Amino acid sequence: MKKYIIKRVLISFVVLFGVSILLYGIARAVPGDYVSNITAGNQNVTPEMEQRMRELYGLDKGIVEGYLSWLGDALHGDFGTSFIYQKPVVEVIKSYMAPTLALAGISMIFEILLAIPFGIIAARKQYSLTDYTIVAIAIMGISLPSFFFASVLRRVFSIGLGWLPISGMVTARMNYQGWDLFVDYARHFALPIIVFVITGVGGLLRYVRTNMLEVLSADYVRTARAKGLPEYKVIGKHAFRNTLIPIVTMVGGMIPGLFSGAVITEGIFSLEGLGNVALKAVYSGDIPYLMGFNMFIAALTLIGTLVSDILYAVVDPRVRY
Amino acid sequence: MEENKELLEQNQKEQDEFEQNQVIMTPGQLVMKRFFRNKLAVIGLVIIIVMALFCIIGPFLSPYGEYEIFYIDMETGIEHRMTESGLGAASMGVNVKAPISSAHWLGTDPDGRDVFTRLMYGGRISLTVGFVVVIIELIVGIILGGLAGYYGGIVDMIIMRLVEVFYCLPFVPLMLILSSLFLGYGISPRYKIYFIMIVMGILYWAGVARNVRAQILSLREMEYMQAAEATGIRTTRKIFKHLIPNTIPIIILIATMDVGGVILTESVLSFLGVGIAWPYASWGNMANAVTDSIILKNYPNIWAPPGILILLTVLAFNFIGDGMRDAFDPRMKR
Repeated sequence: MKKYIIKRVLISFVVLFGVSILLYGIARAVPGDYVSNITAGNQNVTPEMEQRMRELYGLDKGIVEGYLSWLGDALHGDFGTSFIYQKPVVEVIKSYMAPTLALAGISMIFEILLAIPFGIIAARKQYSLTDYTIVAIAIMGISLPSFFFASVLRRVFSIGLGWLPISGMVTARMNYQGWDLFVDYARHFALPIIVFVITGVGGLLRYVRTNMLEVLSADYVRTARAKGLPEYKVIGKHAFRNTLIPIVTMVGGMIPGLFSGAVITEGIFSLEGLGNVALKAVYSGDIPYLMGFNMFIAALTLIGTLVSDILYAVVDPRVRY
Repeated sequence: MEENKELLEQNQKEQDEFEQNQVIMTPGQLVMKRFFRNKLAVIGLVIIIVMALFCIIGPFLSPYGEYEIFYIDMETGIEHRMTESGLGAASMGVNVKAPISSAHWLGTDPDGRDVFTRLMYGGRISLTVGFVVVIIELIVGIILGGLAGYYGGIVDMIIMRLVEVFYCLPFVPLMLILSSLFLGYGISPRYKIYFIMIVMGILYWAGVARNVRAQILSLREMEYMQAAEATGIRTTRKIFKHLIPNTIPIIILIATMDVGGVILTESVLSFLGVGIAWPYASWGNMANAVTDSIILKNYPNIWAPPGILILLTVLAFNFIGDGMRDAFDPRMKR
């Protein structure tokens, strides 16, 4: 087991290395860098000044040279300075992490809480009206473009009914404290979380249903029924526990998707999170932040799969590495 | 005793009847039967057929063109088409955001073009993007997944690391960067569509490769492969003639699900300004009208139809995929 984990971690570093080469290469290949973006239209800027700024930002080096110096710094834990914020990238990520984490974390909890019971109900009554209804609603959720769904929700709840704020994270000029502040946050996060949960729950629910169906037709479930166990025990103790194993891996794989999905949702609702900053960074060519953010997601993906693989072995005693 | 005899007779009769009605079905027929038992899958199939007809045949029946702009005479209120003369008159204006009428079934958009006609052309683009991207990802994914699964060892190691690298690439930020790359090199919208399709195909192949490899790993150990080995056929033939065809069910399944997924992704890309660009219509960039708050508030006839069509199409592909998964999987027989 230990040997397996060490091997996986080492492989993860190799993969991260490959990801960073690809990302850096693509990001630097874009014609028109940060310097030309901010100096565009400014006639007072001479070519010499531009050149000096490029040197300052480290954009005067070629792609290979630039990558090597980025890699050298990154290995020491220094991901450079964000062009827009003029602060170390690690610091920028830290200070904008909270809204993204809240959005992703709360949405994921809701998704799990909805997907597991409804998935089980649907599986128990396969091909019934209940099953069709649950599956149809769940798949409808994943078939909606998130920006479209978000706009419709805003039209109904913010513009139409006026129940919830249209965008932002706090009501300006109110200076709420304590409980009121929390309620204010909750009101602002309600719609983004709904968008996340509705557009994301279907995948997990379908997975729960498929696995539950598989388990329900297994011999040991028939045995449990034959023993005369009450239905809740058959489902809860014998069937559900065995569906839990694949669900664990699925949940591990969902985490990075939540972070990259945040780019769109945060952009629509103008929440000041990592995703929104990433959007700004793309438009202005802030390469250090982009590299930092993308590498963060890549690392999360690898950690997610690794942790779920290990959990797999923990939950299922039959799996041995 | 009498009764018992009757019962026996009846039993015998039933058994005869059963044997007479017993039809021997091929595995393919069994799958089809199970697929059509799933009502949602059948609904999905019907939706896709209707959509395809709407997009393929529809434009021939529409009197208007994809980019045709309509003008209106402000004084008389009579509508004029782009091809007519005398459009330079002072009272002439573009007929924007026209309401639903018999001439424009869903009104006109902010540029004065017929929404209903653009829906048909947009559907062509959206469906084409979906299918082409899936074909590209299948070609790359099947070849690399097949090689990794068959050879194992160092080949497998390299290909699987590549798969992981592609898994880790965050899609949305990457597409945004790539789009500024297209913009920077001045690629016209006409060719941008092809670039987007190729890029999406290349970014999506990893999932196919992973699944194909996993299948082949187990197929490789089957006895029929030993037999194939014994006949001494070429390796490429072994992989592509004997192994890959047996992974077809999972490939069809992935393909169905992904066509829907790609259509959805294309719409999100359009929202970010990265997708299919003006003057071409796609459902994604038409649905993008929701971001205009005035249109969102007052003109549901412009933003709602493309959104609903995306929803229905993706939903249908998902239903079909679900139905196929259940149909292919013998363990699902209940």
